Formats: sequence, structure tokens, C-alpha cells
Amino acid sequence: MNKLSKDLRYTESHEWVRRDSEQEITIGITDHAQEALGDLVYAEIYPVGKRLDAGDVCAVVESVKAASDIYTPLAGTVAAGNPVLAKSPEIINRDPYGEGWLLKVKTAHPVDLSGLLDAAGYERMLAEAH
Amino acid sequence: MSTLIFGHSRPGRRAPGLAPECEEAIDDLPNDLLRKHPPALPEVSELEVVRHYTRLSQQNFSIDTHFYPLGSCTMKYNPRAANHLAMLEGFLGAHPLAPERGRQGFLACVFELQEMLQAVTGMSRVVLNPMAGAQGEFAGMAMIRRYHEMRKDAGRNEVLVPDAAHGTNPASAVMSGFRVREIPTDREGDVNMEALRAAVGPQTAGIMLTNPSTLGVFERRILDIAKIVHEAGGLLYYDGANLNAILGRVRPGDMQFDVLHLNLHKTFSTPHGGGGPGAAALGVGPRLEPFLPVPFVARSEAGGLVWVEEGDRPETIGRLSAFMGNGGVLLRAYVYARLLGRQGMRRVSEYATLNANYLARELEAAGFELAYPRRRASHECIVTLKREAREWGVSAMDFAKRLLDYGVHAPTTYFPLLVPECLLIEPTETESPETLDAFVLTMTKIREEVQNDPERVRNAPWTTPVRRLDDVRAARELDLAWHPQGGLDKA
Repeated sequence: MNKLSKDLRYTESHEWVRRDSEQEITIGITDHAQEALGDLVYAEIYPVGKRLDAGDVCAVVESVKAASDIYTPLAGTVAAGNPVLAKSPEIINRDPYGEGWLLKVKTAHPVDLSGLLDAAGYERMLAEAH
Repeated sequence: MSTLIFGHSRPGRRAPGLAPECEEAIDDLPNDLLRKHPPALPEVSELEVVRHYTRLSQQNFSIDTHFYPLGSCTMKYNPRAANHLAMLEGFLGAHPLAPERGRQGFLACVFELQEMLQAVTGMSRVVLNPMAGAQGEFAGMAMIRRYHEMRKDAGRNEVLVPDAAHGTNPASAVMSGFRVREIPTDREGDVNMEALRAAVGPQTAGIMLTNPSTLGVFERRILDIAKIVHEAGGLLYYDGANLNAILGRVRPGDMQFDVLHLNLHKTFSTPHGGGGPGAAALGVGPRLEPFLPVPFVARSEAGGLVWVEEGDRPETIGRLSAFMGNGGVLLRAYVYARLLGRQGMRRVSEYATLNANYLARELEAAGFELAYPRRRASHECIVTLKREAREWGVSAMDFAKRLLDYGVHAPTTYFPLLVPECLLIEPTETESPETLDAFVLTMTKIREEVQNDPERVRNAPWTTPVRRLDDVRAARELDLAWHPQGGLDKA
């Protein structure tokens, strides 16, 4: 039911993270998260240049059911927000791992995603929760 | 959808019988403040006005016409006696600035309500000045903030909120300038104690709890939670949203809470939502008393009742509105509390929990899955329709919409967020066993429809004045105002 991309890393709070370069990551929400939230109607990405500690809120997404904070797993600064979201937040529902990405973070240190879940680990976590 | 009142408008049509006579001409307003054109009011006859609004009222789902098991909202019957007495001429005609000596009757009602709520919550003082539950929460958090500031302990900037809390709790904490840290719930619906122990520290300003929680279960380790948070230097905030489950039996003060708000429109049966303004009581333990918002009623040394104002309370967080809360609503809560008395309040929670548990067991027996089958329900219970969603592709929302066709207001859907495809069902104490049985039968019938004719359920409701609304589009293209053609001023 849930599509999982094998190339990404995952958080327990249902973000996915991709390493783009030595010091940049892209963050989005998982297919499970978009399905649980339902139709997204609004996404607010924190402004470019905003400094973030690991675990800080970096975006807020809102559906007809709920508003949900999005956290960055690594410290850094907001490098870019997905410009499509302001007009078409539903892209997150349609393509959560692709065009529905949320933001890019320029990390304070070289990207290290070893503390996050891989696809199998995230899948296991979902299976245990339900 | 029915026509707006403007759609009935015809030039020159009037309802003169309803317009008050204007005794004196108002001719001293500055010219530049006068509007250039008459406002675009509908021009209709008296009969059209009566028909239009009567029709609208008939289209309404209300507790007076339908079973309304909207979880977390306590949609109990509002006794007519409370309404009747609050509308006595002496109350209606009073002015909020009238001298105290001429308002002793009203002040006595407010004072006695304060005292009754103190007794039933176990707090050392209760005031009634918040204009709504959310404002009560805001004032409560502002007092916690002031408490830490006065102790020169301003580093406490974090509020703990369990994920089973009401959505207003994190919002109120943020509005009051705190950061929110979420505490997870364990499998049986209690606060995860390990996570709580790991989260408290010198940054902890307090914790906001609803007990019973929004999962419809009583937080069993509340005294341990209180100890952990108090030892870390934080305070405990009680959200009174679910007080109906424990009224007259368990007191928040005895659970070691430092501050609380009660939604009078829930537990104390004042009109809800569109039926009237909300109102809240705010209660505190001794530590927060100096910071209470004003005004509230106290007995003066001479024996009369007086408003306690800013001048009497140098450490108060201030006023929440120009006057003293929603007086008319407080009167209804007062009459309700007096009608019940001490024994009656215990019966409220007895029947509220009996009804919820009866409904939970009957629904379970009818094959529905409870979210917490091993727990006794509080005043509400949660059914999860994840199996129905998986096997037949119908959602909790589809069930909710179909219930409308059967004359039942839908329970709360998709809340709490922790439970997939959930219905949060709160029957309240004022429903009869026959109504509860009819609800279970209706749910069973809808499940049969799901198996035989799922489109019937997926496309419900069929019988309401408005069919399924496009809630996604409504949120994405937010438009809250109606604009007459050509703008608000008629050219």
C-alpha cells in the first residue's frame, strides 16, 4: 500500500531525507505521512537563510484534518523551499518523494544520515505501530 | 442549496412592522463620516424574512432535534429552565457598568457559581472572566509564565503536551510564548513515563493534560506525572474539556493540578457554538492565586458582594475583556449547577460514563473494533474503522456522512490523530438507552450497506440540504465573505 523509496533515509516523525551533496539535503514527507494527513491544503516552508538546529521545525504542512510540523534531522540553514507548494500543495499527495519535496537544507557539517532509518527500518516501524 | 436572503430581495419591498421608530433625528454626525450610498441591505417582506430564517433553522442539525454524539464536545441537552431563568427581565435589563449595590442579585449568582466550581474542582479559587475556553487556556498559561518570571526563573520556556491532548493545548502554549515538546502515549493510552522523565528539566515550565484524555481513557498515573513535573519545577495545567466524565468524583485539585479551565458550554450545559457564546471558568491552586485575571466577585468586609479589580490585585495578569465574561452564559451555568446540586453532579458523570461504556460494548458486540478494547471508556469511546477501510474501501468519513441520512449527527472523525479511521463517540448523560440502541443498529446497517452497496455510503449524504462539501477546495481557496454585486455600497 505504501510506496517506499529505497534510496532515501527516514525519520520516526515521517520525514524522508536525501543527500544531495557533501553539505546539502532535501527533506519531504513520506507516502505514509501524506496518506495519514489526507489532502494537503497548505505548506509553509521556513525562509531561506533561517538557521536550524537538528530537530528544529523547518516547515509546517496542513491538511483538511490536521496541521503538522516538519523537522530537520540535521543542523544547517534553509537553502530553498519548493516553489510549487504555494500554489499546488496537492503535489505532496501526488508525488511525495519527487515533485512534492518540501525544502533543501545546507547542512552545518558534512551530511551524515547514519542515525536515520533505512527503508526496511522505517517499514518495520510502521508495521509495529499498526 | 437554499437562496440567500439577498436572493429574495426586490426593490422597494419592506417589513415596516419590524423596524423600531426613531424618536430623535441623528443629525450631528460629521459629514465626512456619513456613507455616500445606502447599504446593500436585502429588501424583503416580513413574511419572507420569517420563512427564510425558519427554513434555515429547520435545516440545522441540533441537540434539540437529533442525537449528537460529537466526541470531545459534550453536546448534552441544555435545560430550558436555565434558559428561562437567565432571561428574567432583571438580568436582561442590567448594564455591566451599573453600580454594585444595584446588582447584588447577579453578583450573588456569579459568586455562588465561583464557590460551587471551587468545591467541585478542588481548586482554591475560581474566576469566570474568560470569554471562551481558549481564552481560559491562554490566561492559564499566562499565569504559569508570570509565576516563573516572578521567581526569576525565566529560563523555563518549554511546555510538555502529550500527543493525546486537545489541539488547543499546544496552540495556547505557543500563543503564550512557550516552545512545545510532545510526549508520546503508550499502547494502552497512558502517557509514556520514560519519555516524560527524559523530557523534564530546568527548561520545563509545565505540562498541559486532559484527564480523561482525548483517547477516552483515564490517565492512571496522574499522581506520578504530577510528582515528576513538580519535582522538575514545572506546573500542571488541567484542560477541563473532559470533566464530564469525572464530575463530582475526581477533583483536578486532588490530582495536584495547579491551574485549570472548564468549558461551561460542555460540562455545565450552556448553549454550544452557534447557539451562544462560549464561556470558561479558570481555577487555580494557591501558588497562582495572585496572578488571576480580574474582575471576579468577592464578599467585602461590610458583607456586600463587590467586583475585585486591578487596583485590588497588583500581581494580576490583567483583564481578558472590557467587562466580566459572558454574563448571560454564566447565569445559565449557575442555574444548571443549582438544578443538579452535589448529588446531581455525581449522577452526571455516572450516566455519562455508563452511556459511553454501554455504547462501546454494544458496538464491539456488533463487530466494530474499539481503539482501546482493554480499557474502560470514560465519557466517550473510540471506534476504529481501519478494517472496513481496508476490506471495502470506505472511510470513517463515509460512515460519518451516511449517519446524517439516518438523522444522527456524525461523531468526531479523524480525531484523535493517533487512531486511524476513527470515530470519537460521546453520547453524554442525557441520552436514553433506546437512542443508544438505535445508534448501534444504524451503524450495523451502514456496515451492511458497505458490503452490499458501497457507493450508497461513499456518496452519502443523500437527504441533507447540502450534499458532500468540497472541504479541500474550501481550504485551498479560502473565501469567508459574501460580497454583493457592485460592492458593499450600492452605487
